[in-house]
Amino acid sequence: MELSGWGRSSRARVEACRPERQADLAGALNPAAPNGLIAHGAGRSYGDAALNHNGRVALTARLDRILSFDPASGETVCEPGVTFRDLLAAFLPRGFMPPASPGTAFATIGGAVAADVHGKNHDRHGSFGDHVLWLDLMVADGTTRRLSPTSESDLFAATIGGMGLTGIVRAACFRMLPSAAPTVRVKERRIAGLDAFLAAFAEVRETATFSVGWIDALARGAEFGRGILETAEFEPAIPPPPAGRAKRVPVDFPGFILNPLTVRLFNRAYYARVPAAGRERFARFETFLYPLDALYDWNRIYGRAGFYQFQCVLPDAEAPAGLRALLEEIGRAGNASFLAVLKTLGSAGRGHLSFPMRGFTLALDIPRRSGTDDLMARLERIVRDRGGRIYLAKDATLSPEGFRAMYPKLPRFLETLGRVDPAAVFASDLARRLAIRPAGSQ
Amino acid sequence: MSAARETWLVLGASSAIARAFARLAAAEGADVLLAGRDRADLDAAAADIALRSGRRASILDFDAADLAAHAAFVERARAAAGDTMLNLFLAFGFMPAQTEIDADPALLHQAIAANYAGAVGVLHAAAPIFEAQKGGRLVILGSVAGDRGRLKNYVYGSAKAGLAAYAQGLRARLYRSGASITAVKPGFVDTAMTFGLPGMFLVASPESVARACLAAARAGKDEIYVPFFWRAIMAIIRNIPERLFKRLNI
Ligand SMILES: Cc1cc2nc3c(=O)[nH]c(=O)nc-3n(C[C@H](O)[C@H](O)[C@H](O)COP(=O)(O)OP(=O)(O)OC[C@H]3O[C@@H](n4cnc5c(N)ncnc54)[C@H](O)[C@@H]3O)c2cc1C
Repeated sequence: MELSGWGRSSRARVEACRPERQADLAGALNPAAPNGLIAHGAGRSYGDAALNHNGRVALTARLDRILSFDPASGETVCEPGVTFRDLLAAFLPRGFMPPASPGTAFATIGGAVAADVHGKNHDRHGSFGDHVLWLDLMVADGTTRRLSPTSESDLFAATIGGMGLTGIVRAACFRMLPSAAPTVRVKERRIAGLDAFLAAFAEVRETATFSVGWIDALARGAEFGRGILETAEFEPAIPPPPAGRAKRVPVDFPGFILNPLTVRLFNRAYYARVPAAGRERFARFETFLYPLDALYDWNRIYGRAGFYQFQCVLPDAEAPAGLRALLEEIGRAGNASFLAVLKTLGSAGRGHLSFPMRGFTLALDIPRRSGTDDLMARLERIVRDRGGRIYLAKDATLSPEGFRAMYPKLPRFLETLGRVDPAAVFASDLARRLAIRPAGSQ
Repeated sequence: MSAARETWLVLGASSAIARAFARLAAAEGADVLLAGRDRADLDAAAADIALRSGRRASILDFDAADLAAHAAFVERARAAAGDTMLNLFLAFGFMPAQTEIDADPALLHQAIAANYAGAVGVLHAAAPIFEAQKGGRLVILGSVAGDRGRLKNYVYGSAKAGLAAYAQGLRARLYRSGASITAVKPGFVDTAMTFGLPGMFLVASPESVARACLAAARAGKDEIYVPFFWRAIMAIIRNIPERLFKRLNI
């Protein structure tokens, strides 16, 4: 079958299996088959992390059972195909939330572990991997190992953020966090420019539970770097507003709909929506966390050619100059792009290849046109020179050299991989593109 | 809620449709008894359903082919359901490819044992329960393959056809005590049975089939096709004259 990443710019022809029970999982392994095997959750990574062209893929979405939950500690065990949506539906009413949640509730726990995902509460609570107590991982020889920070700690650290390359997570135990209410009080304020944004974040990252900024990446001149800063706190006194119904995009949009003019207008309207004095509103917790989920298959608005998502993190000290350089480069390319997301990250993740580090993370969609690959390379260069890092779960264009420079713990990752999977039974398009394994093996 | 409490006994609970059905029934307020052979899988499913729905979910060992054990099994199920109204969802099935059956006669007997003898055996053992409780809903997953014997699938098809005829008779019997039997004929459903097979079209999700089953059972429908348009497709297939049909490669 054919699979694509969420950005629809990476595609692969794969031989897929879809285990429905744990007992079927061993059958996914076939060391003799060419090009190896990779797990595929909900396919919400944008690039080629969950793809394996001319190789095998294990679709883990149907392994979707929540196995246990302890209301005293928040400790939860579940199969890898359980989604954030499942967790919220089951546990928000009982006062618990996933400790870190990406911007889409359709992502699975397997994907959350493999990408060590972060949410809008990263400063406060860290990334998903920080809350994992143990993992059951099926490794290349077909055995299943229980990994934790204290037993098999190296394989544990290689699996958190390891993009599926150490094996298939068949169960995960993690701690959910108390959530005081199904409603959040969201404060929105206008931010006039980039410097003001950084200053505002320096303050809210210390005080707010959730925070996220939306930057108009096409604004120029005096408006450069302007946007909206949202912070949110649980609000027990207010019942949640009614949930909207998810809508669908009926067709792939033709390319001309998204052009610099329409996007500029959209971004302008988005900014103007919030009054100059700021405003406060109440939202369902899910609506605040997952604004894009309201449009189920929004990736179709970029048309057949698809798009890239660029996401990087820059260390605090490099953020002012680095973000300026990135936004200028993007503005110069004039490549129509909706709002960029700016967030702070609090500290490094536990995985050898974890994305988070203390700093600022910028994420935006870039429609794929002629010249886009050059733009991506220029952005990569800026990030690399500033000691930053590009997020593998979003990536489709990073170079092997860039990857090696940005992920300094790669040698430890490889050491572990050499031990548990010397024959490269697990492999993906991402791993081959980045030449994660040294030349000679796959 | 004014309605009496219900328990759905799900036979063959590890299949994709059965799993979706059990989840849905529990989400809508029923307790569930999950019966099947893969204990580890059933334990996982029961834990999941209990956590998501807050309803009771327990498991029972059940092997459709073990005909001698059916009577005792049915008693255990009745006891496990306590004083709630028992409903039954029969979902197990075994569909080896016709070519595999031709190569290995043992598979022929397994297919008959599971799809016909096992199904009829457990239904017959359970029938007195529904007569005694004067009500209840039964859902029997058949197949459009039972509507006409075809070159590509006639052992499986004939077993499902036999089951359909049995269900008609049992329906008449239980009608007299107020219980209903809904025979469900799914077309192509996105399950492990069909995953990766060539020639699939208009494939339905297990969740949508589960929803249709529960709605039809509640309405006391006798027979449904899911998705509904399979009724029309099968009407055409049934009406092709045999002298032509036997030449077709389907
Ligand atoms: C709208 C949107 C917003 C997003 N926002 C954020 C965000 O705010 N923060 C953030 O961190 N990410 C974000 N993401 C990215 C997303 O969270 C990650 O890509 C995540 O990994 C997706 O999970 P998935 O289940 O779709 O995994 P897939 O995309 O299917 O796979 C991703 C990786 O996980 C591996 N994997 C999946 N299942 C298993 C398993 N069982 N065992 C081992 N490896 C496995 C795959 O091999 C692959 O390497 C966003 C994505 C979208 C579409």
